[in-house]
Amino acid sequence: MISVGLGHYLTVAAILFTLGLLGIFLNRKNVIVILMSIELMLLAVNINMVAFSAHMNDLTGQIFAMFVLTVAAAEAAIGLAILVVYHRNRGSIEVEDINMMKG
Amino acid sequence: MADLPIMMPAVPEMFLAVAGMVLLLLGAFAPADGAERTVTKLTLVAMAVALGLVVFVVSGGTATAFGGMFITDGFAVFMKVLVLLGSLMAVLMSREYLAHEGIGRFEYPVLILFATVGMMVMVSANNLMSLYLGLELQSLCLYVIAAFHRDSLRSSEAGLKYFVLGALSSGMLLYGISIVYGYTGSIGFAGLAEQFAIGGQAEIGLIIGLVFVIAGLAFKVSAVPFHMWTPDVYEGAPTPVTAFFSVAPKIAAFALILRVMLDPFGPLIEEWRQIIVAIAVASMALGAYAAIAQTNIKRLMAYSSIGHVGYALMGVAAGTQDGVRGVLIYLAIYLVMNIGTFACILSMRRHGDMVEGIDDLAGLSASNPRMALVLTAFMFSLAGIPWFAGFFGKLYVFMAAIDAGLYTLAILGVLASVVAAYYYLRIVKIMYFDAAAEPLDRPTGRSLGLVMVVAALLVATFIFYPGPLVNRAGEAAASLLAG
Repeated sequence: MISVGLGHYLTVAAILFTLGLLGIFLNRKNVIVILMSIELMLLAVNINMVAFSAHMNDLTGQIFAMFVLTVAAAEAAIGLAILVVYHRNRGSIEVEDINMMKG
Repeated sequence: MADLPIMMPAVPEMFLAVAGMVLLLLGAFAPADGAERTVTKLTLVAMAVALGLVVFVVSGGTATAFGGMFITDGFAVFMKVLVLLGSLMAVLMSREYLAHEGIGRFEYPVLILFATVGMMVMVSANNLMSLYLGLELQSLCLYVIAAFHRDSLRSSEAGLKYFVLGALSSGMLLYGISIVYGYTGSIGFAGLAEQFAIGGQAEIGLIIGLVFVIAGLAFKVSAVPFHMWTPDVYEGAPTPVTAFFSVAPKIAAFALILRVMLDPFGPLIEEWRQIIVAIAVASMALGAYAAIAQTNIKRLMAYSSIGHVGYALMGVAAGTQDGVRGVLIYLAIYLVMNIGTFACILSMRRHGDMVEGIDDLAGLSASNPRMALVLTAFMFSLAGIPWFAGFFGKLYVFMAAIDAGLYTLAILGVLASVVAAYYYLRIVKIMYFDAAAEPLDRPTGRSLGLVMVVAALLVATFIFYPGPLVNRAGEAAASLLAG
């Protein structure tokens, strides 16, 4: 039996964060997947925060995680709203179709 | 006043937040035809009152609120005045455009109002948590107003791109904050500064966290290599929104960079200076070269703003009191120049429709000599040609960089500004020497003309009255570094 320590939590968070980052950059399919990747990044941050907080016996990190959760919910709502507006105009949410302007 | 001593420093923000909520209700319940006009006017009044509160009530001395999470000092007051002026001008310039495009809804001024509250919180943040909350309040409002023209494909695409990349940068910032918290056990700026002041070699993990924080903040000021969103968002968003984006959020984000880098992370300057120098050089170079080939004036202004961010970052890299003063002067002058230029862009109409091509300005000197003259003043100022205000903005940051021993950076900055002068002067050449295209309509709105003339006067006469701005900026810089 190995005991789960701070390092393990940080590793999981780092992996999740990297997955989220790669999901945004490598994804060629669908904007919804990008929204999910963003959530993944924010949740990785929360794992970090809570792990540090528990390790140091300091509540600040957990309070911060609460705020991050709240803001993430608002962010997802606004992102989906913009996506709906975009879909109405373009008729598609393929990443490759978001190319009206070069860049 | 004595009853609420703990909250006093945050009174302007609280007033503005409550005003925003009241206006939202007012807009929802007022009769539909008059709601937009009433709410816009009251928004302007609310911002003016907040400006008064900032200048007369909370200025003078340093004070904290909410358990040290919120700070008011000379620096915060200076930056808040700039932010509020930028937002006021943006709302003032928007009315006519929005009504013309048929998107004049009461939500627009309210969203700008909430974004302004977020920016003021950013400016006053004294804790990584209040920093994050202010930043998000601002960003969430900006995503929505970028996509405000919801029947336009370009506008909604701008909103979508801004949202995805903005959320990505928030994620990076947060990851950085979590690492900094883990290594120091503190998220208050005072606590962090205390820990770093002890000295010694900073741990590598902490540096990684710091890099993530810098990346998140660099995104918000659109510094290279985090600038990808800027041209598309500037081009796609409705023009008054672009005008707003190019001033107020940048000023607020610069306030954050200055406070975070110099207050808590000040003792680590040797670690972060090379990053800021690299970002500054890349921004100046890209701003100078990429703008040359542009044909759309909003896209050109986007690259121009990336370049200006590079110059201002030079003062941050200096890290001295003169450097901070230089950045503050630069931002104040940049605010005036950009608002004026966008007032001109908003006046570019042909047969009642907006045109955005640089070629559409051809022959403006014949069809509308006054606007051509005013726009020439702004272009000279943006290029940094002596006598106009833009030159002095650059002068102060270059001097600070040289005093701090950053010679290479200063020389590269001068070279980049020579290259950048090409595309500003090209606009002047098109206005005065190119064969006239079909003339633009005569500007109709009185508020745009007023904004243009006042901004042009400020830009042209700064050389005679530099004292007030330079002194205030000096005091603000001193108060930032004292705290």
